[in-house]
Amino acid sequence: MTSRLSRRQRRRISQGIQYALFVAALVLVGVLADWDRLQNQFAQKDLVAELFPEIITTALRNTVVYTLSGFVFGLVLGLLIALMRLSSVAPYRWVASVYIEFFRGLPALLIFIFVGVAVPLAFPGTEIPGGTYGKVALGLGLVAAAYMAETIRAGIQAVPKGQMEAARSLGFSHARAMVSVIIPQAFRIVIPPLTNELVLLFKDSSLVLFLGVTLDERELTKFGRDLASQTANSTPILVAGLCYLIVTVPLSFVVRRLEARADKAK
Amino acid sequence: MPQPEIEIRGLHKSFGDNHVLRGIDLEVARGDVVCVIGPSGSGKSTLLRCVNLLEEPSEGQVFVGGTEVTDIEVDIDAVRRRIGMVFQQFNLFPHVTVTENLVLPQRRVLRRGKAEATKVARENLERVGLADKADAYPAQLSGGQQQRVAIARALSMGPEVMLFDEPTSALDPELVGDVLAVMRVLASEGMTMMVVTHEMSFAREVADRVVFMDGGVIVEEGPAAQVVGDPRHPRTRHFLDRILDPSAAEAPGPEAGGPAAG
Repeated sequence: MTSRLSRRQRRRISQGIQYALFVAALVLVGVLADWDRLQNQFAQKDLVAELFPEIITTALRNTVVYTLSGFVFGLVLGLLIALMRLSSVAPYRWVASVYIEFFRGLPALLIFIFVGVAVPLAFPGTEIPGGTYGKVALGLGLVAAAYMAETIRAGIQAVPKGQMEAARSLGFSHARAMVSVIIPQAFRIVIPPLTNELVLLFKDSSLVLFLGVTLDERELTKFGRDLASQTANSTPILVAGLCYLIVTVPLSFVVRRLEARADKAK
Repeated sequence: MPQPEIEIRGLHKSFGDNHVLRGIDLEVARGDVVCVIGPSGSGKSTLLRCVNLLEEPSEGQVFVGGTEVTDIEVDIDAVRRRIGMVFQQFNLFPHVTVTENLVLPQRRVLRRGKAEATKVARENLERVGLADKADAYPAQLSGGQQQRVAIARALSMGPEVMLFDEPTSALDPELVGDVLAVMRVLASEGMTMMVVTHEMSFAREVADRVVFMDGGVIVEEGPAAQVVGDPRHPRTRHFLDRILDPSAAEAPGPEAGGPAAG
């Protein structure tokens, strides 16, 4: 070896330098940022108090309801599209492929505007059942279904071929074998990625903004923005952000646990 | 002459350009045990899978219990209920317990009530000596135990015929005996069985007839004692020499008339 330092010593020094740089960056930001102005704009204690309990009872509640309704609708539609994608009937496969490419390739925002504007135009006089809630479930679900269909398809294909053969040899029809044997196993495989999709949907529910909602239908982002403009202060936005994190961080934690458990089961 | 339980006439099967079965004619009488032996790639598993139409024959006819399986009009799910199949890889349903593995097909396919299905499941688990594993999940069992559960699952559908596709090939050697013992009892009870196997001692003891296949055709068939004990055809003899004493096989080299490798 040419250097007098051992390999381990060199690694320690390199790590030490990286830590020092990190701490220096933190200190720099801490010293240079104007904390008073930030606090003034984002953390007014008396404003925070005014947000409660409405931000929980209306805004967070609506966010959760929008997310779950979109998730359930997307899951059902996604399963259907996944099965079409795997069908032996070619036109089903084409429809499924086109759907998946179309809705994965468009920004969710455009879908929402489309649902809000085009659907009432195309079907005058008919209301989407559930009003705003129905529209949100439709908008979120249409997009989520495309992603979930691909996830579920992969899950179904990950179930060993012998499972279908065993079921068929026992007299199950193809459809019954799918329902009783293949899909339950596929769902076990796709629970972690589907939970991830739930986290994404939770954030995407903020797009409700573009549908035009009543006061009682506001979710976290709209609520935060409205109150921020009313009070000319950004504190409500910061609190709304924290409300998202209260849900998404534990959910992400659950996903990691599920993934670890699935890895161990292999 | 009584009608054979399984009858195969002029059966051909191709996968693309690969002509796997080249004209098979075979009959299995009710209550008989027929062992199918032969080198891998000889088409014996494909033949078995054609009997319950897991593979669709390219040509020819298959009858089971007088029903033509290969008839396009036939209700294949109904026919398969009468044919039990046991796979090399067990193929138990991993997401449910042992009991549920036996109960689920009875309820979904035969529409049996829960109480009756559970009772039949218990009886069949006792039959294979695994009543104490009723609540275990498949992954908690050894390979031999899983295969016995798979046999019990097939039996609980009340089949007239049982097909075994190399049932002991995926097992550790010390677990093979338990599975063969269950199959031996089944044979003595009069079950019609078609068994693809490499277990020559099982074939010699239990089989009424042994069929030797090579290259997609039946090369030799007859009573077990004759085909396994005193084969007439040189290809059968060569195969048996290799399988009975693998260490005695010559080093691979150019060799005319030898069986297809692979």
